[in-house]
Amino acid sequence: MRARSQRAWLIAIAGALLAGAAVLVFNSLGDNLNYTRTPTNMVQDSVPAGTRVRVGGLVGVDSILNGEGAMVHFAITDGTYDVNVSYDGLPPDLFDEGQGIVAEGVVLPDGSVKASRLVARHDENYMPKEAYDALKDAGGEDAARAAMYSREGAAK
Amino acid sequence: MIAELGHLLTVLAFGLTLLAAYHGFSGRDELAARAMGLSAVAAIFGLVALVMAFIRSDFSVELVARHSHSLKPFFYKIAGAWGNHEGSMLLWCVIMLGYGAIAGAVMAPGRLKARALGVQGALAALSLAYLLFASSPFTRLADPPLDGNGLNPLLQDPALAFHPPFLYLGYVGFSFVFSIAAAGLIEGQVGREWARRVRPWALFAWSALTIGISLGAIWAYYELGWGGWWFWDPVENASFMPWLVGAALVHSLIVTQKRGSMAAWTVLLAVLTFCLSILGAFLVRSGVLTSVHAFALDPERGALLLAGLVIVGVFALGLYAWRAPKLEAGPVFDPISREGALILNNLFLSVAAATVLVGTLYPLVVEAVSGEKISVGSPYFDMTLAPLMAILFLAPPAAQSFAWRKADLTPVLKRLIIAGALAIAAAGATFILLAGKLWAVLGVAIGVWLIAGTITDLLRRIGGGGVARAFALSASIWGMTIAHIGLGVFVIGASVEVNGRVERTFALMPGETAELDNWTFTFNGVQSDEGPNYFSQVADITAVKGRREMQLAPQKRFYPAAGMPTTEVAIRKSLTGDLYVALGDEVRGRPGAWTLRVSFNPMIDWVFGGAGLIALGGFMAFASKRLRQRVEVDDPITVEPDLVAEPAE
Repeated sequence: MRARSQRAWLIAIAGALLAGAAVLVFNSLGDNLNYTRTPTNMVQDSVPAGTRVRVGGLVGVDSILNGEGAMVHFAITDGTYDVNVSYDGLPPDLFDEGQGIVAEGVVLPDGSVKASRLVARHDENYMPKEAYDALKDAGGEDAARAAMYSREGAAK
Repeated sequence: MIAELGHLLTVLAFGLTLLAAYHGFSGRDELAARAMGLSAVAAIFGLVALVMAFIRSDFSVELVARHSHSLKPFFYKIAGAWGNHEGSMLLWCVIMLGYGAIAGAVMAPGRLKARALGVQGALAALSLAYLLFASSPFTRLADPPLDGNGLNPLLQDPALAFHPPFLYLGYVGFSFVFSIAAAGLIEGQVGREWARRVRPWALFAWSALTIGISLGAIWAYYELGWGGWWFWDPVENASFMPWLVGAALVHSLIVTQKRGSMAAWTVLLAVLTFCLSILGAFLVRSGVLTSVHAFALDPERGALLLAGLVIVGVFALGLYAWRAPKLEAGPVFDPISREGALILNNLFLSVAAATVLVGTLYPLVVEAVSGEKISVGSPYFDMTLAPLMAILFLAPPAAQSFAWRKADLTPVLKRLIIAGALAIAAAGATFILLAGKLWAVLGVAIGVWLIAGTITDLLRRIGGGGVARAFALSASIWGMTIAHIGLGVFVIGASVEVNGRVERTFALMPGETAELDNWTFTFNGVQSDEGPNYFSQVADITAVKGRREMQLAPQKRFYPAAGMPTTEVAIRKSLTGDLYVALGDEVRGRPGAWTLRVSFNPMIDWVFGGAGLIALGGFMAFASKRLRQRVEVDDPITVEPDLVAEPAE
């Protein structure tokens, strides 16, 4: 009898905890998803303003502009279409024209992205997955590989 | 020659692990131990050979050519040997065999030892096969370059040189916990004595993992230049999941050792922890998830690691399903008891690990099901873990003085009135200092509650005995006390740092000033400089707050060998926190103007200090003499709260 009541309260506590955790997970998971989009998706499918996205590709050549304060504006391209991005902060070390980049942020009404985080490659062999995929979708595997191993952007 | 020698030694180690596995599974513990020891020696010399190739800058070895450079500082030539995929896999194998060899030397003879060494031998054989056939560090180049690519400059850092060894002492240390767990299941010996024998391995591995993760966080804090120390990146989650389940394991082992209860659950945690370590290796090395600091994309290696995970997982869970139902349940206990509290700890830690797992793997599941590519933002992890941990951390001060089987709550709570009052006072003070930051207020209250409550429990144990009694307390009691105080320190630091951090980014011309949080920063310009293997741009910044004035010199470096720029932040420490300045780039179209990121990170040292105390506590419990004493079959099951004094030897 004692052993059975012990099992009963153990199951009750575990069940309550799992239910609580499930509520937490479902409440916060949906609100914190970032949808991965290529520049081509962004332009062709007109993603609604306010959507949280991750856009990958290369930083467009001659597209980087410094704005007010430390604001940075640039374009992400997959070779076919461009998306404008603005970011208030210091970009990562390997942020440069022609380099792979992923911008995470919110879509603005004009279709540009206000980034809250930038992820760049972190060494000569690596390119963020979304950037690589976007280039592959637009220009094929070879173009993506060529961009991945290109060191021109960093070796100024 | 040296690369071929290294390769040969690794092949030899592989053969010897097969021999160890064979002898182990046949029940010959002495022979298995000897084979394991020799295999470890061979693998260690294999690693030495690789390090020698790095020291000599032998660029005919592909790995050296890709990751080293003749002008690299000597220390980083050595550390560079494991700062890459292949070298770190060799380190993984060496540490796995090292644990096996030490176990072969120190474990009491018998069938449990034989089986454990057998399983460890099989795990090591899998790892070495993966190393030799899919990621050999000893491959030669037909056409060696004149100089190497250089180690990724971000990795040329003392914290990161020691990060992999400690991380693997933890990650891979759980392989031996796995091996004894599997051996216990095979032998039907999962019980009190088994738990006593697993505990030191689990404590050591978990403490080392704590240090490894902390070193990674410290590195991220000052090297990446973003000012944060934890980003919920998949790679971080990969190390955090085994840490959470390992934390549950070191607690549930106590119940199984002292009371004989929860044996089935404990052994499940013991095998799952190492499965999560392999899952981590898969996530980090396969490139399936976007991460700021992953290894290069390589789906083929990923597939092999996934296959390894499936083999190990199916073996362990199959064994578990077959044997666990036969394990004894142990004596019954009340919800309010030491056992009840430790079960609550385990439920919370496992559920926390599960929520991290959901957030980490959800993108893979969604992509597999719908093709939609998503990622989970870091607020998800904060929002799910913070409430779970906030509730869990209320328990330790009370639970530490619970009796086994059935505890009386009233006297325990009465003793904790002062600790509760201190927590409320600290919450009030935080509310005034950091108005409106509710999570900081809650965090400080919980942290103070943990520290004051743990000290209250320590004083109860010392009683009127004074210093002599304090020194007579067992090392495991001191370990628990220090670890729980460390947890309190960490919680205070983390909640104040994350919620109280202020930061701004500026673009300044020389002579211009900017303000942040009563500090005034004057930018005096940038000068060029040169290091052993890099060029740098050094900014000169004067920071003034009241009568305090300081000079900061953040740098931007360029490493020509790797073709990579890095940020070297300037940090000024004070009792209340760090002033942190990172130099960005020269502003396009405004020559002479540079971007700067300035932040004040309050109580950041409490974050790392708290983590260090947690690891220290774990190591102290590991060193406890009590763990070295056999539990006999007819030993009475512990009923009283822990004995105060170390039993006489």
